[in-house]
Amino acid sequence: MTDLNKLTIAAARDALRAGETTSLELTEACLTAIDGADALGAFVHKTPDIARERAKAADARIKAGDAPAMCGIPVGIKDLFCTKGAPSQAASRILEGFTPEYESTVSQNLADAGAVMLGKLNMDEFAMGSSNETSVYGNAVNPWKVDAPLTPGGSSGGSAAAVAADLCLAATGTDTGGSIRQPAAFTGITGIKPTYGRCSRWGIVAFASSLDQAGPMTKDVRDAAIMLQAMCSHDPKDSTSSELPVPDFEAALTGDIKGKTIGIPSEYRMDGMPAEIEKLWADGTAMLKDAGAKIVDISLPHTKYALPAYYVIAPAEASSNLARYDGVRYGRRARIGQGDGITEMYEKTRAEGFGAEVQRRVMVGTYVLSAGFYDAYYNRARRVRTLIKKDFEDVFAQGVDAILTPATPSAAFELGKKFDDPVQMYLNDVFTVTVNLAGLPGISVPAGLDAQGLPLGLQLIGRPWEEGDLLNTAYALEQAAGFVAKPAKWW
Amino acid sequence: MSIDTQTAARVAKLARIQVEDDALPALAQEFSAILGFIEQLNEVDVDGVEPMVSVTPMRLKRRTDGVTDGDQQEKVLSNAPDAREGFFAVPKVVE
Repeated sequence: MTDLNKLTIAAARDALRAGETTSLELTEACLTAIDGADALGAFVHKTPDIARERAKAADARIKAGDAPAMCGIPVGIKDLFCTKGAPSQAASRILEGFTPEYESTVSQNLADAGAVMLGKLNMDEFAMGSSNETSVYGNAVNPWKVDAPLTPGGSSGGSAAAVAADLCLAATGTDTGGSIRQPAAFTGITGIKPTYGRCSRWGIVAFASSLDQAGPMTKDVRDAAIMLQAMCSHDPKDSTSSELPVPDFEAALTGDIKGKTIGIPSEYRMDGMPAEIEKLWADGTAMLKDAGAKIVDISLPHTKYALPAYYVIAPAEASSNLARYDGVRYGRRARIGQGDGITEMYEKTRAEGFGAEVQRRVMVGTYVLSAGFYDAYYNRARRVRTLIKKDFEDVFAQGVDAILTPATPSAAFELGKKFDDPVQMYLNDVFTVTVNLAGLPGISVPAGLDAQGLPLGLQLIGRPWEEGDLLNTAYALEQAAGFVAKPAKWW
Repeated sequence: MSIDTQTAARVAKLARIQVEDDALPALAQEFSAILGFIEQLNEVDVDGVEPMVSVTPMRLKRRTDGVTDGDQQEKVLSNAPDAREGFFAVPKVVE
């Protein structure tokens, strides 16, 4: 077989089970692709030894029969996941040299299923960013190109670039405000953020604990179902991990959405939205209608306040979570001067260890939590969050099964273009951030190309815990959209 | 709301991030821009609305208050920038 790295998980699984290829062959094909793609900046720590070892073990398991679907599948792991014996830096200078003694639950679940880790993937520092430009490793680059190099999106930019460029069959991502769905849309791949509590957060470097969720980034919807299934589990080590059973997501993919009700929220029609995005959204609506779904206009009245609420809640939680980086227990410690005490050590370590955006968010978070402002900012934002969640509960109570929106307000933009204006950068997440605030599952599906030939994604938002149904709606949309474009190789 | 350099310095101190004096005006300006964006929240009527505590209606689970792990001193210290004699080492804290 040729081009093994270009296979989907489903195709590779079937080929492995049929004995047409081996995990080691798949793994070698990916390792070669990775070594030839340094220009993309996607893989920041390569782990070929771990990969080959796991591939051999997977091959033995497949031979013995009874191997799970992910067995032998080579994947990339976002640098935010702690992986035993492999550097895990959250793309931050402050975690330089950190090599965990333990494995995150999600990456352990994948390893237990036989998946092969190829290496660690680039991202925005501590997952704070929408363009992968805040990374200490330097930015990842979108395999899709017009003239100038484009961002793959963020924070899971390395994951998106790696999957779109066929460096791996799939990758893990995490999503706090859109960090799976926005990069997936920018690179023409599929990404799902499950319901809050589906994937254990244990061993994933924490950004904003009430919003963070892991999820798969894959070449199609079927792969997303297969990989999500392997990532989810109840985990006593994460107190917010759900005890609900994990259903067979792939089995939910019938493509039949007759009689389903799809909501179109009027508040997502933004001023100044590019005509191409409007058209994509209208086309997607028509596709779901043609597939037999009932389309209804809905209102999510507090949508406008999701981003400002997010930019209180996420920094507040980040300032608390990132307090642990003090140069004492792990990572980097600044060189301190004669007579410097422990406070100077903390301050210097954090000043040189955190990049500008992380410092900004930690300080904004510190401010909104500080005495005198806690009520005005933090508590108000949490009240608004309650209202945002209620918006969704109301439309689901009216019988809406899923909500269709654009995934992003634009196609991938040029690297460097928005970097100097934090608020402009934050607007990238305008369609995705509501989903995190409400704890819902959301999926981005590639649905078309813009006039420049860049991919555009549509987002479907589902009811809590109904990822199977959501994936099936996404599958129907994928079938109808028939998106098959791939970036031309330039790297 | 506009943030002055004094407030910016205080926040940096609370966050334990060293910021040089000459960087404070720019930082204060950034805070002002971000807080200006956040201030839209004042338009929302939140009277009688409870602040969200948990996004999924669930009770935090309880477990027996017992030791479940331990005896891993070497692993705990393995990533420390400065570990000596089984301890994390830091600059002098008490005179």
